[in-house]
Amino acid sequence: MLNYLWGFMILIGIVVGALKGNIADVSNATINSSKEAVSLCITMLGIMAMWTGMMQVAKKCGLVASFTKALRPVIRFLFPDLPKGHIVNEYIASNMIANILGLGWAATPMGLMAMRELKKLNGNRETASCDMCTLLIVNISSLQLIPVNIIAYRSQYGSANPAEILMSGIVATSISTLAGVIFATVARKLSKLKERKR
Amino acid sequence: MNFIVYISDYIIPFIFFYVIGLGLLTKTHIFDEFIEGAKEGFKVVFDILPTLIGLMVAIGILRASGALDLLSGLLKPITDKLHFPSELLPVVLVKMFSSSAATSLLLDIFKEYGPDSYLGRLVSIILSSTETIFYTMAVYFMAAGVKKTRYTLAGALFATLVGTVASVIITNIVFY
Repeated sequence: MLNYLWGFMILIGIVVGALKGNIADVSNATINSSKEAVSLCITMLGIMAMWTGMMQVAKKCGLVASFTKALRPVIRFLFPDLPKGHIVNEYIASNMIANILGLGWAATPMGLMAMRELKKLNGNRETASCDMCTLLIVNISSLQLIPVNIIAYRSQYGSANPAEILMSGIVATSISTLAGVIFATVARKLSKLKERKR
Repeated sequence: MNFIVYISDYIIPFIFFYVIGLGLLTKTHIFDEFIEGAKEGFKVVFDILPTLIGLMVAIGILRASGALDLLSGLLKPITDKLHFPSELLPVVLVKMFSSSAATSLLLDIFKEYGPDSYLGRLVSIILSSTETIFYTMAVYFMAAGVKKTRYTLAGALFATLVGTVASVIITNIVFY
């Protein structure tokens, strides 16, 4: 996917640049952009390390575990058909908490474990179960409450108050998650109705 | 609606206060743990650096060549009808496929218009409230060996659309 996206961006850019007579700018852009990526990462190093450091403290003092516990009723509501006490509940909870706290790289492995368990529960079929659909929709609806990376980018490009968008982002992401949850719940009910008719 | 911006200022200090306070109460070695976690952050940033260089160079070429202006000019008749800024449509579309490519476009918006401009704020909020659709689906379903994904795509597109519309409305209410 990215092979084509990336390749075409570069080729189109060079062709358009040549046609519009901006080829010198294109040439400079290759050099300046790569330098810019590095200076951006230096800003990000600071902000990202600050955040992951803080989250490590949260993990060690039991905060993440108590959040995961608090999530149980939510998971029961979103995934009503899962067997109680099954390990998959834990995977899903850890995946969601990691997403909420903005630890995306920690969320994916947990999400993949959850998917494998869900497939077993679904009799190893190649068709997605309602639970898988819900897990994916909720994940894609974005759960992240504090977009640390966006704050870092804003700060790098000279924002007077990089964090000013935090609360607005929380409201927007809650609305998109709510929309995803409503969609998944309705779709689950409909597919159960269909099964019953058969 | 200034209080939404006002609350935003309190979020990070509050999280710090809460985590550190709890850490002291539970007698956690907070500083050692912080250092340990911060190292993890370094790894994360170093891992994305090559991706970011590759994509920022590509977006840099597109911007310098005039292709991005051409694209938003072409999209303008459609986006005007939707009351959505034509400069941001590429970001929203690319975000469905690749998070890092969307990030590079976001940075381009920050550079062109500034992070505190209308476009800068709106794009920050949109990207905070959406996730990569096709990439996430590919990774999760491939790992589980699932071929028929049923209504997942429809649900994901619906959530993304609602999130984007909500972002536009919220930005207008909170900041303008």
